[in-house]
Amino acid sequence: MSATPTTDVPKIELQNVAKSFGAKTVLDGIDLKIGKGESVVIIGGSGSGKSVTIKCILGILRASAGKILVDGEDVTRISGAKRDKYLRKFGMLFQGGALFDSLPVWENVAFGLIQGHGVKRRDARELALGKLAQVGLGEEVADLSPAELSGGMQKRVGLARAIAADPEIIFFDEPTTGLDPIMADVINDLIASTVKDLGVTALSITHDMASARKISDRMALLYKGKIIWDGRTADIDSCGNPYVEQFIRGSADGPIKMEVRR
Amino acid sequence: MIFFASIGRTFLGFLASTGRLSIFAGEALSHLVRPPIYTLLILQQILRIGYFSLPVVGLTSFFTGAVLCLQIFIGGSRYGAESAVPQIVVLGIVRELGPVIAGLMVAGRVSAAIAAEIGTMRVTEQIDALTTLSTNPMKYLVVPRLVAAVVSMPILVAVADSIGVFGGYIVGTQSLGFNGAVYMQNTIDFVTNQDIASGLIKASVFGFIIALMGCYHGFNSKGGAQGVGAATTAAVVSASILILGANYFMTSILFQE
Repeated sequence: MSATPTTDVPKIELQNVAKSFGAKTVLDGIDLKIGKGESVVIIGGSGSGKSVTIKCILGILRASAGKILVDGEDVTRISGAKRDKYLRKFGMLFQGGALFDSLPVWENVAFGLIQGHGVKRRDARELALGKLAQVGLGEEVADLSPAELSGGMQKRVGLARAIAADPEIIFFDEPTTGLDPIMADVINDLIASTVKDLGVTALSITHDMASARKISDRMALLYKGKIIWDGRTADIDSCGNPYVEQFIRGSADGPIKMEVRR
Repeated sequence: MIFFASIGRTFLGFLASTGRLSIFAGEALSHLVRPPIYTLLILQQILRIGYFSLPVVGLTSFFTGAVLCLQIFIGGSRYGAESAVPQIVVLGIVRELGPVIAGLMVAGRVSAAIAAEIGTMRVTEQIDALTTLSTNPMKYLVVPRLVAAVVSMPILVAVADSIGVFGGYIVGTQSLGFNGAVYMQNTIDFVTNQDIASGLIKASVFGFIIALMGCYHGFNSKGGAQGVGAATTAAVVSASILILGANYFMTSILFQE
Protein backbone atom coordinates (compact mmCIF):
# COMPACT_ATOMS: atom_id res chain seq x y z
CA MET A 1 0.00 0.00 0.00
CA SER A 2 1.60 3.21 -1.09
CA ALA A 3 -0.72 5.61 0.71
CA THR A 4 -0.52 6.27 4.41
CA PRO A 5 -3.30 7.68 6.58
CA THR A 6 -2.72 11.24 7.74
CA THR A 7 -3.28 10.43 11.42
CA ASP A 8 -2.63 7.40 13.58
CA VAL A 9 -6.27 6.52 14.16
CA PRO A 10 -7.99 6.20 10.78
CA LYS A 11 -11.34 7.96 10.41
CA ILE A 12 -12.87 4.81 8.97
CA GLU A 13 -11.35 1.36 9.19
CA LEU A 14 -12.77 -1.83 7.73
CA GLN A 15 -11.25 -5.04 9.05
CA ASN A 16 -12.00 -8.16 7.04
CA VAL A 17 -15.62 -7.09 6.47
CA ALA A 18 -17.82 -9.70 4.80
CA LYS A 19 -21.44 -9.64 3.78
CA SER A 20 -23.53 -12.32 2.18
CA PHE A 21 -27.18 -12.50 1.21
CA GLY A 22 -28.27 -16.09 1.63
CA ALA A 23 -25.80 -18.20 -0.29
CA LYS A 24 -24.51 -15.24 -2.31
CA THR A 25 -21.33 -13.65 -0.98
CA VAL A 26 -21.09 -10.00 -1.96
CA LEU A 27 -18.21 -8.83 0.24
CA ASP A 28 -15.53 -11.40 0.92
CA GLY A 29 -13.27 -9.87 3.54
CA ILE A 30 -12.53 -6.21 2.85
CA ASP A 31 -9.73 -4.27 4.53
CA LEU A 32 -9.66 -0.52 4.04
CA LYS A 33 -8.31 2.41 6.04
CA ILE A 34 -9.38 5.96 5.35
CA GLY A 35 -7.50 8.73 7.09
CA LYS A 36 -9.00 11.98 8.33
CA GLY A 37 -9.50 14.44 5.51
CA GLU A 38 -8.75 11.89 2.83
CA SER A 39 -10.92 11.41 -0.24
CA VAL A 40 -11.07 7.77 -1.26
CA VAL A 41 -12.95 6.35 -4.22
CA ILE A 42 -13.91 2.71 -4.50
CA ILE A 43 -14.08 1.76 -8.15
CA GLY A 44 -15.50 -1.43 -9.50
CA GLY A 45 -17.98 -2.88 -11.92
CA SER A 46 -21.70 -3.11 -11.43
CA GLY A 47 -22.63 -5.60 -8.74
CA SER A 48 -19.13 -5.74 -7.24
CA GLY A 49 -20.43 -4.75 -3.79
CA LYS A 50 -19.62 -1.04 -3.75
CA SER A 51 -23.03 0.07 -2.49
CA VAL A 52 -23.12 -2.77 0.03
CA THR A 53 -19.81 -1.54 1.49
CA ILE A 54 -21.22 1.92 2.13
CA LYS A 55 -24.51 0.57 3.49
CA CYS A 56 -22.58 -1.64 5.93
CA ILE A 57 -20.64 1.36 7.27
CA LEU A 58 -23.88 3.31 7.69
CA GLY A 59 -25.51 0.37 9.45
CA ILE A 60 -28.31 0.15 6.87
CA LEU A 61 -27.02 -3.37 6.26
CA ARG A 62 -25.31 -5.42 8.95
CA ALA A 63 -21.94 -6.97 8.07
CA SER A 64 -21.92 -10.77 8.32
CA ALA A 65 -18.36 -10.80 9.63
CA GLY A 66 -15.45 -8.48 10.36
CA LYS A 67 -15.22 -5.16 12.13
CA ILE A 68 -16.04 -1.59 11.19
CA LEU A 69 -14.33 1.16 13.19
CA VAL A 70 -15.12 4.87 12.94
CA ASP A 71 -12.82 7.16 14.94
CA GLY A 72 -11.46 4.00 16.53
CA GLU A 73 -14.89 3.01 17.87
CA ASP A 74 -16.41 -0.32 16.89
CA VAL A 75 -19.70 0.43 15.16
CA THR A 76 -20.34 -2.92 13.50
CA ARG A 77 -23.38 -3.75 15.63
CA ILE A 78 -24.48 -0.25 16.66
CA SER A 79 -28.26 0.22 16.95
CA GLY A 80 -31.08 2.33 18.33
CA ALA A 81 -30.48 5.83 19.67
CA LYS A 82 -26.71 5.29 19.65
CA ARG A 83 -26.87 4.69 15.92
CA ASP A 84 -28.98 7.82 15.32
CA LYS A 85 -26.30 9.80 17.14
CA TYR A 86 -23.50 8.03 15.29
CA LEU A 87 -25.11 8.81 11.94
CA ARG A 88 -24.91 12.55 12.65
CA LYS A 89 -21.26 12.30 11.67
CA PHE A 90 -22.30 11.36 8.15
CA GLY A 91 -23.74 13.00 5.10
CA MET A 92 -24.69 10.97 2.08
CA LEU A 93 -25.38 11.79 -1.53
CA PHE A 94 -27.54 9.02 -2.96
CA GLN A 95 -27.32 7.74 -6.49
CA GLY A 96 -30.82 8.82 -7.52
CA GLY A 97 -30.76 11.83 -5.19
CA ALA A 98 -33.33 10.15 -2.90
CA LEU A 99 -34.90 13.53 -2.22
CA PHE A 100 -38.18 13.40 -0.29
CA ASP A 101 -40.74 14.24 -2.94
CA SER A 102 -43.37 15.13 -0.34
CA LEU A 103 -41.28 18.07 0.88
CA PRO A 104 -40.11 21.26 -0.84
CA VAL A 105 -36.43 21.63 -1.71
CA TRP A 106 -35.48 23.73 1.32
CA GLU A 107 -37.08 21.26 3.75
CA ASN A 108 -35.16 18.47 2.06
CA VAL A 109 -31.92 20.31 2.72
CA ALA A 110 -32.95 21.25 6.26
CA PHE A 111 -34.36 17.80 7.12
CA GLY A 112 -31.37 16.59 9.10
CA LEU A 113 -31.11 19.92 10.92
CA ILE A 114 -34.77 19.93 11.96
CA GLN A 115 -35.16 16.22 12.76
CA GLY A 116 -31.70 15.21 13.89
CA HIS A 117 -30.34 18.37 15.46
CA GLY A 118 -33.50 20.09 16.70
CA VAL A 119 -32.95 23.37 14.83
CA LYS A 120 -36.06 25.62 14.67
CA ARG A 121 -37.78 25.70 11.29
CA ARG A 122 -37.19 29.39 10.64
CA ASP A 123 -33.45 29.16 11.41
CA ALA A 124 -33.24 25.92 9.46
CA ARG A 125 -34.62 27.62 6.38
CA GLU A 126 -31.92 30.29 6.55
CA LEU A 127 -29.23 27.62 6.93
CA ALA A 128 -30.73 25.64 4.05
CA LEU A 129 -30.66 28.68 1.77
CA GLY A 130 -26.99 29.13 2.65
CA LYS A 131 -26.20 25.51 1.76
CA LEU A 132 -28.15 25.81 -1.48
CA ALA A 133 -26.08 28.88 -2.37
CA GLN A 134 -22.94 26.85 -1.62
CA VAL A 135 -23.88 24.36 -4.34
CA GLY A 136 -24.81 27.13 -6.75
CA LEU A 137 -28.59 27.16 -6.37
CA GLY A 138 -30.55 30.36 -5.79
CA GLU A 139 -33.40 31.14 -3.45
CA GLU A 140 -35.93 30.64 -6.24
CA VAL A 141 -35.62 26.84 -6.11
CA ALA A 142 -36.16 26.66 -2.34
CA ASP A 143 -39.94 26.31 -2.49
CA LEU A 144 -40.10 24.07 -5.57
CA SER A 145 -40.82 20.40 -5.25
CA PRO A 146 -37.88 18.08 -6.10
CA ALA A 147 -39.85 16.63 -9.03
CA GLU A 148 -39.72 20.04 -10.73
CA LEU A 149 -35.90 20.02 -10.88
CA SER A 150 -33.59 18.62 -13.55
CA GLY A 151 -31.28 15.70 -12.78
CA GLY A 152 -28.26 17.94 -12.24
CA MET A 153 -30.17 20.24 -9.93
CA GLN A 154 -31.46 17.27 -7.95
CA LYS A 155 -27.86 16.13 -7.46
CA ARG A 156 -26.97 19.59 -6.19
CA VAL A 157 -29.87 19.59 -3.76
CA GLY A 158 -28.77 16.12 -2.66
CA LEU A 159 -25.27 17.48 -2.10
CA ALA A 160 -26.64 20.46 -0.17
CA ARG A 161 -28.60 18.04 2.01
CA ALA A 162 -25.52 15.89 2.55
CA ILE A 163 -23.45 18.84 3.80
CA ALA A 164 -26.30 20.64 5.62
CA ALA A 165 -25.54 19.35 9.11
CA ASP A 166 -21.77 19.89 8.78
CA PRO A 167 -20.84 16.20 8.70
CA GLU A 168 -17.33 14.86 9.32
CA ILE A 169 -17.68 12.17 6.68
CA ILE A 170 -19.52 12.32 3.35
CA PHE A 171 -20.40 9.35 1.16
CA PHE A 172 -21.03 9.80 -2.54
CA ASP A 173 -22.88 6.99 -4.30
CA GLU A 174 -22.35 7.18 -8.08
CA PRO A 175 -22.42 10.99 -8.06
CA THR A 176 -22.29 11.36 -11.84
CA THR A 177 -24.60 8.56 -12.95
CA GLY A 178 -27.39 9.76 -15.20
CA LEU A 179 -25.86 13.16 -15.94
CA ASP A 180 -24.55 14.51 -19.23
CA PRO A 181 -20.72 14.78 -19.42
CA ILE A 182 -20.67 18.52 -18.80
CA MET A 183 -23.02 18.41 -15.85
CA ALA A 184 -21.04 15.43 -14.55
CA ASP A 185 -17.88 17.53 -14.62
CA VAL A 186 -19.64 20.40 -12.87
CA ILE A 187 -20.78 18.03 -10.12
CA ASN A 188 -17.23 16.58 -9.88
CA ASP A 189 -15.76 20.05 -9.42
CA LEU A 190 -18.40 20.82 -6.85
CA ILE A 191 -17.66 17.64 -4.92
CA ALA A 192 -13.89 18.19 -5.07
CA SER A 193 -14.16 21.78 -3.85
CA THR A 194 -16.74 20.94 -1.19
CA VAL A 195 -14.61 18.16 0.24
CA LYS A 196 -11.54 20.41 0.25
CA ASP A 197 -13.28 23.48 1.68
CA LEU A 198 -15.06 21.60 4.44
CA GLY A 199 -12.04 19.44 5.25
CA VAL A 200 -14.22 16.36 5.49
CA THR A 201 -13.35 12.73 4.95
CA ALA A 202 -14.96 11.46 1.76
CA LEU A 203 -15.72 7.98 0.50
CA SER A 204 -17.19 7.68 -2.97
CA ILE A 205 -18.17 4.77 -5.13
CA THR A 206 -18.27 5.06 -8.87
CA HIS A 207 -17.47 3.30 -12.11
CA ASP A 208 -16.84 6.59 -13.86
CA MET A 209 -13.03 6.91 -14.10
CA ALA A 210 -13.07 10.60 -15.03
CA SER A 211 -15.07 11.33 -11.93
CA ALA A 212 -12.89 9.07 -9.76
CA ARG A 213 -9.68 10.82 -10.90
CA LYS A 214 -11.11 14.22 -10.22
CA ILE A 215 -12.49 13.72 -6.73
CA SER A 216 -10.07 11.25 -5.12
CA ASP A 217 -6.69 11.22 -3.38
CA ARG A 218 -6.71 7.45 -3.34
CA MET A 219 -8.51 4.69 -5.14
CA ALA A 220 -9.38 1.11 -4.30
CA LEU A 221 -10.55 -1.42 -6.87
CA LEU A 222 -13.25 -3.80 -5.69
CA TYR A 223 -13.59 -7.03 -7.63
CA LYS A 224 -15.51 -10.15 -6.64
CA GLY A 225 -15.98 -8.96 -3.07
CA LYS A 226 -12.31 -8.18 -2.43
CA ILE A 227 -10.17 -5.07 -2.73
CA ILE A 228 -7.53 -6.11 -5.21
CA TRP A 229 -5.69 -2.80 -5.54
CA ASP A 230 -5.38 0.23 -3.29
CA GLY A 231 -3.17 3.19 -4.07
CA ARG A 232 -2.73 6.88 -4.75
CA THR A 233 -4.73 8.33 -7.62
CA ALA A 234 -1.56 9.89 -9.04
CA ASP A 235 0.00 6.42 -9.35
CA ILE A 236 -2.90 4.69 -10.97
CA ASP A 237 -1.64 4.90 -14.55
CA SER A 238 1.70 3.37 -13.63
CA CYS A 239 0.53 0.78 -11.16
CA GLY A 240 1.12 -2.24 -13.38
CA ASN A 241 -1.91 -4.06 -12.03
CA PRO A 242 -3.67 -5.78 -14.95
CA TYR A 243 -7.10 -5.48 -13.30
CA VAL A 244 -6.73 -1.74 -12.77
CA GLU A 245 -5.36 -1.25 -16.26
CA GLN A 246 -8.31 -3.05 -17.78
CA PHE A 247 -10.70 -0.95 -15.73
CA ILE A 248 -9.00 2.27 -16.83
CA ARG A 249 -9.04 1.22 -20.46
CA GLY A 250 -12.67 0.15 -20.16
CA SER A 251 -11.95 -2.92 -22.21
CA ALA A 252 -13.91 -6.17 -22.22
CA ASP A 253 -10.69 -8.15 -22.65
CA GLY A 254 -8.54 -8.77 -19.61
CA PRO A 255 -8.51 -10.52 -16.26
CA ILE A 256 -11.86 -9.03 -15.19
CA LYS A 257 -14.61 -11.19 -16.59
CA MET A 258 -18.11 -9.82 -16.57
CA GLU A 259 -20.76 -12.43 -15.98
CA VAL A 260 -22.66 -12.10 -19.23
CA ARG A 261 -24.83 -14.93 -20.50
CA ARG A 262 -24.84 -15.37 -24.20
CA MET B 1 -41.80 -36.10 -3.59
CA ILE B 2 -41.86 -32.85 -5.49
CA PHE B 3 -45.50 -32.45 -4.52
CA PHE B 4 -44.74 -32.75 -0.80
CA ALA B 5 -41.72 -30.49 -1.12
CA SER B 6 -43.85 -27.74 -2.62
CA ILE B 7 -46.41 -28.05 0.20
CA GLY B 8 -43.58 -27.81 2.73
CA ARG B 9 -42.04 -24.82 1.00
CA THR B 10 -45.35 -22.98 0.89
CA PHE B 11 -46.00 -23.72 4.55
CA LEU B 12 -42.51 -22.60 5.62
CA GLY B 13 -42.90 -19.46 3.52
CA PHE B 14 -46.17 -18.74 5.26
CA LEU B 15 -44.58 -19.16 8.68
CA ALA B 16 -41.63 -16.96 7.72
CA SER B 17 -43.82 -14.12 6.47
CA THR B 18 -46.06 -14.36 9.54
CA GLY B 19 -42.94 -14.05 11.67
CA ARG B 20 -41.63 -11.09 9.67
CA LEU B 21 -45.00 -9.35 9.93
CA SER B 22 -45.12 -9.94 13.69
CA ILE B 23 -41.64 -8.52 14.15
CA PHE B 24 -42.57 -5.52 12.02
CA ALA B 25 -45.78 -4.93 14.02
CA GLY B 26 -43.94 -5.33 17.32
CA GLU B 27 -41.26 -2.87 16.29
CA ALA B 28 -43.88 -0.35 15.14
CA LEU B 29 -45.77 -0.66 18.43
CA SER B 30 -42.58 -0.21 20.45
CA HIS B 31 -41.89 3.05 18.61
CA LEU B 32 -45.44 4.20 19.35
CA VAL B 33 -44.59 5.12 22.92
CA ARG B 34 -41.01 6.32 22.58
CA PRO B 35 -40.26 9.93 21.67
CA PRO B 36 -40.00 11.78 19.36
CA ILE B 37 -43.69 11.75 18.41
CA TYR B 38 -44.48 13.54 15.14
CA THR B 39 -47.81 15.19 16.02
CA LEU B 40 -48.01 17.22 12.82
CA LEU B 41 -47.53 14.12 10.68
CA ILE B 42 -50.26 12.29 12.64
CA LEU B 43 -52.71 15.14 11.98
CA GLN B 44 -51.72 15.18 8.31
CA GLN B 45 -52.39 11.45 8.04
CA ILE B 46 -55.75 11.75 9.84
CA LEU B 47 -56.71 14.24 7.18
CA ARG B 48 -55.58 11.92 4.38
CA ILE B 49 -56.80 8.61 5.79
CA GLY B 50 -59.93 9.80 7.59
CA TYR B 51 -61.30 12.98 6.10
CA PHE B 52 -60.61 12.25 2.44
CA SER B 53 -62.22 8.81 2.78
CA LEU B 54 -65.54 10.34 3.82
CA PRO B 55 -67.12 10.61 0.33
CA VAL B 56 -66.38 7.03 -0.69
CA VAL B 57 -67.39 5.59 2.69
CA GLY B 58 -70.53 7.74 2.80
CA LEU B 59 -71.70 6.72 -0.67
CA THR B 60 -71.09 3.00 -0.20
CA SER B 61 -72.81 2.90 3.17
CA PHE B 62 -75.80 4.85 1.83
CA PHE B 63 -76.40 2.29 -0.89
CA THR B 64 -75.71 -0.60 1.48
CA GLY B 65 -78.40 0.66 3.87
CA ALA B 66 -80.79 1.21 0.99
CA VAL B 67 -80.38 -2.26 -0.50
CA LEU B 68 -80.48 -3.89 2.93
CA CYS B 69 -83.84 -2.23 3.60
CA LEU B 70 -85.19 -3.39 0.24
CA GLN B 71 -84.06 -7.01 0.66
CA ILE B 72 -85.34 -7.35 4.20
CA PHE B 73 -88.68 -5.92 3.18
CA ILE B 74 -89.00 -8.38 0.28
CA GLY B 75 -87.80 -11.34 2.36
CA GLY B 76 -89.83 -10.35 5.42
CA SER B 77 -93.04 -9.93 3.43
CA ARG B 78 -93.05 -13.68 2.73
CA TYR B 79 -94.12 -14.31 6.30
CA GLY B 80 -95.55 -11.00 7.31
CA ALA B 81 -92.49 -9.58 9.09
CA GLU B 82 -92.27 -6.29 7.17
CA SER B 83 -92.59 -4.23 10.33
CA ALA B 84 -89.22 -5.50 11.60
CA VAL B 85 -87.34 -3.78 8.73
CA PRO B 86 -86.01 -0.74 10.67
CA GLN B 87 -84.70 -2.89 13.51
CA ILE B 88 -82.92 -5.36 11.26
CA VAL B 89 -81.46 -2.60 9.09
CA VAL B 90 -79.95 -0.74 12.03
CA LEU B 91 -78.58 -3.91 13.58
CA GLY B 92 -77.08 -5.10 10.31
CA ILE B 93 -75.49 -1.75 9.60
CA VAL B 94 -74.15 -0.94 13.06
CA ARG B 95 -72.88 -4.39 13.96
CA GLU B 96 -71.53 -5.71 10.67
CA LEU B 97 -71.98 -3.88 7.42
CA GLY B 98 -70.95 -0.40 8.55
CA PRO B 99 -67.51 -1.41 9.85
CA VAL B 100 -66.89 -4.06 7.20
CA ILE B 101 -67.92 -1.98 4.20
CA ALA B 102 -66.03 1.05 5.49
CA GLY B 103 -63.05 -1.18 6.31
CA LEU B 104 -62.94 -2.70 2.84
CA MET B 105 -63.35 0.64 1.10
CA VAL B 106 -60.62 2.25 3.19
CA ALA B 107 -58.43 -0.82 2.67
CA GLY B 108 -58.73 -0.29 -1.07
CA ARG B 109 -58.13 3.43 -0.85
CA VAL B 110 -55.62 3.81 1.96
CA SER B 111 -53.64 0.54 2.10
CA ALA B 112 -52.90 0.93 -1.58
CA ALA B 113 -51.87 4.56 -1.21
CA ILE B 114 -49.64 3.83 1.79
CA ALA B 115 -48.00 0.82 0.12
CA ALA B 116 -47.38 2.74 -3.09
CA GLU B 117 -45.94 5.77 -1.29
CA ILE B 118 -43.68 3.87 1.12
CA GLY B 119 -42.78 1.35 -1.60
CA THR B 120 -41.62 4.14 -3.90
CA MET B 121 -39.65 5.66 -1.03
CA ARG B 122 -38.01 2.27 -0.50
CA VAL B 123 -36.96 1.70 -4.12
CA THR B 124 -35.73 5.28 -4.58
CA GLU B 125 -33.61 4.97 -1.39
CA GLN B 126 -35.62 7.68 0.40
CA ILE B 127 -36.01 5.36 3.40
CA ASP B 128 -32.23 4.88 3.55
CA ALA B 129 -31.90 8.65 3.27
CA LEU B 130 -34.17 9.08 6.30
CA THR B 131 -31.92 6.75 8.27
CA THR B 132 -28.75 8.62 7.31
CA LEU B 133 -30.44 11.85 8.41
CA SER B 134 -30.79 10.36 11.92
CA THR B 135 -34.54 9.86 11.52
CA ASN B 136 -36.06 6.49 12.29
CA PRO B 137 -38.32 5.49 9.36
CA MET B 138 -40.53 3.48 11.72
CA LYS B 139 -41.24 6.58 13.77
CA TYR B 140 -41.45 8.98 10.86
CA LEU B 141 -43.47 6.88 8.39
CA VAL B 142 -45.17 3.96 10.12
CA VAL B 143 -46.26 5.29 13.52
CA PRO B 144 -48.16 8.36 12.20
CA ARG B 145 -50.10 6.20 9.72
CA LEU B 146 -50.94 3.56 12.32
CA VAL B 147 -52.14 6.13 14.85
CA ALA B 148 -54.12 8.06 12.24
CA ALA B 149 -55.88 4.95 10.94
CA VAL B 150 -56.71 3.62 14.40
CA VAL B 151 -58.13 7.02 15.40
CA SER B 152 -60.00 7.87 12.20
CA MET B 153 -61.63 4.53 11.41
CA PRO B 154 -64.12 4.62 14.34
CA ILE B 155 -65.11 8.16 13.38
CA LEU B 156 -65.53 7.12 9.75
CA VAL B 157 -67.61 4.13 10.81
CA ALA B 158 -69.80 6.28 13.07
CA VAL B 159 -70.52 8.44 10.03
CA ALA B 160 -71.02 5.35 7.86
CA ASP B 161 -73.49 3.92 10.39
CA SER B 162 -75.57 7.10 10.37
CA ILE B 163 -75.58 7.36 6.59
CA GLY B 164 -76.37 3.64 6.20
CA VAL B 165 -79.37 3.91 8.50
CA PHE B 166 -80.39 7.05 6.63
CA GLY B 167 -80.18 5.12 3.30
CA GLY B 168 -82.56 2.52 4.72
CA TYR B 169 -84.83 5.27 6.02
CA ILE B 170 -85.06 6.92 2.59
CA VAL B 171 -85.99 3.66 0.85
CA GLY B 172 -88.35 2.66 3.67
CA THR B 173 -90.27 5.91 3.73
CA GLN B 174 -90.13 6.84 0.05
CA SER B 175 -90.83 3.56 -1.72
CA LEU B 176 -91.96 1.03 0.89
CA GLY B 177 -94.58 3.18 2.61
CA PHE B 178 -93.15 3.34 6.16
CA ASN B 179 -94.11 6.26 8.35
CA GLY B 180 -90.96 8.33 8.93
CA ALA B 181 -91.48 8.96 12.65
CA VAL B 182 -92.31 5.32 13.35
CA TYR B 183 -89.28 4.11 11.35
CA MET B 184 -86.95 6.42 13.31
CA GLN B 185 -88.54 5.50 16.65
CA ASN B 186 -88.19 1.77 15.96
CA THR B 187 -84.56 2.25 14.97
CA ILE B 188 -83.65 4.24 18.06
CA ASP B 189 -85.57 2.02 20.47
CA PHE B 190 -84.02 -1.14 19.20
CA VAL B 191 -80.31 -0.38 18.88
CA THR B 192 -78.20 -0.56 22.06
CA ASN B 193 -74.99 1.17 23.02
CA GLN B 194 -73.24 -2.17 22.99
CA ASP B 195 -74.20 -2.69 19.33
CA ILE B 196 -72.68 0.65 18.40
CA ALA B 197 -69.59 0.21 20.57
CA SER B 198 -68.82 -3.22 19.14
CA GLY B 199 -68.87 -1.76 15.63
CA LEU B 200 -66.50 1.03 16.63
CA ILE B 201 -64.08 -1.38 18.31
CA LYS B 202 -64.05 -3.41 15.11
CA ALA B 203 -63.37 -0.23 13.18
CA SER B 204 -60.25 0.53 15.23
CA VAL B 205 -58.89 -2.96 14.67
CA PHE B 206 -59.59 -2.66 10.95
CA GLY B 207 -57.77 0.68 10.92
CA PHE B 208 -54.74 -0.98 12.48
CA ILE B 209 -54.83 -3.78 9.88
CA ILE B 210 -55.18 -1.33 7.00
CA ALA B 211 -52.22 0.86 7.99
CA LEU B 212 -50.06 -2.09 9.04
CA MET B 213 -50.55 -3.93 5.74
CA GLY B 214 -49.87 -0.81 3.70
CA CYS B 215 -46.69 0.00 5.64
CA TYR B 216 -45.41 -3.59 5.81
CA HIS B 217 -45.76 -4.30 2.12
CA GLY B 218 -44.45 -0.87 1.18
CA PHE B 219 -41.40 -1.32 3.40
CA ASN B 220 -40.60 -4.71 1.92
CA SER B 221 -41.12 -3.83 -1.73
CA LYS B 222 -38.15 -4.17 -4.03
CA GLY B 223 -37.21 -3.90 -7.65
CA GLY B 224 -38.61 -0.70 -9.08
CA ALA B 225 -42.05 -0.01 -10.52
CA GLN B 226 -43.10 -3.64 -10.73
CA GLY B 227 -42.17 -4.27 -7.10
CA VAL B 228 -44.19 -1.27 -5.97
CA GLY B 229 -47.17 -2.52 -8.00
CA ALA B 230 -46.90 -5.96 -6.41
CA ALA B 231 -46.63 -4.41 -2.94
CA THR B 232 -49.76 -2.34 -3.56
CA THR B 233 -51.75 -5.38 -4.65
CA ALA B 234 -50.47 -7.46 -1.75
CA ALA B 235 -51.38 -4.70 0.70
CA VAL B 236 -54.98 -4.40 -0.49
CA VAL B 237 -55.56 -8.16 -0.77
CA SER B 238 -54.03 -9.02 2.60
CA ALA B 239 -55.76 -6.13 4.36
CA SER B 240 -59.15 -7.17 2.94
CA ILE B 241 -58.73 -10.82 3.91
CA LEU B 242 -57.49 -9.96 7.38
CA ILE B 243 -60.40 -7.54 7.89
CA LEU B 244 -62.97 -10.21 7.00
CA GLY B 245 -61.20 -12.82 9.11
CA ALA B 246 -60.77 -10.51 12.09
CA ASN B 247 -64.42 -9.47 11.73
CA TYR B 248 -65.59 -13.04 12.19
CA PHE B 249 -63.47 -13.59 15.27
CA MET B 250 -64.46 -10.29 16.83
CA THR B 251 -68.14 -10.96 16.23
CA SER B 252 -67.83 -14.35 17.89
CA ILE B 253 -66.07 -12.78 20.89
CA LEU B 254 -68.06 -9.55 21.20
CA PHE B 255 -71.52 -11.08 20.87
CA GLN B 256 -71.08 -14.11 23.08
CA GLU B 257 -74.33 -14.69 24.93
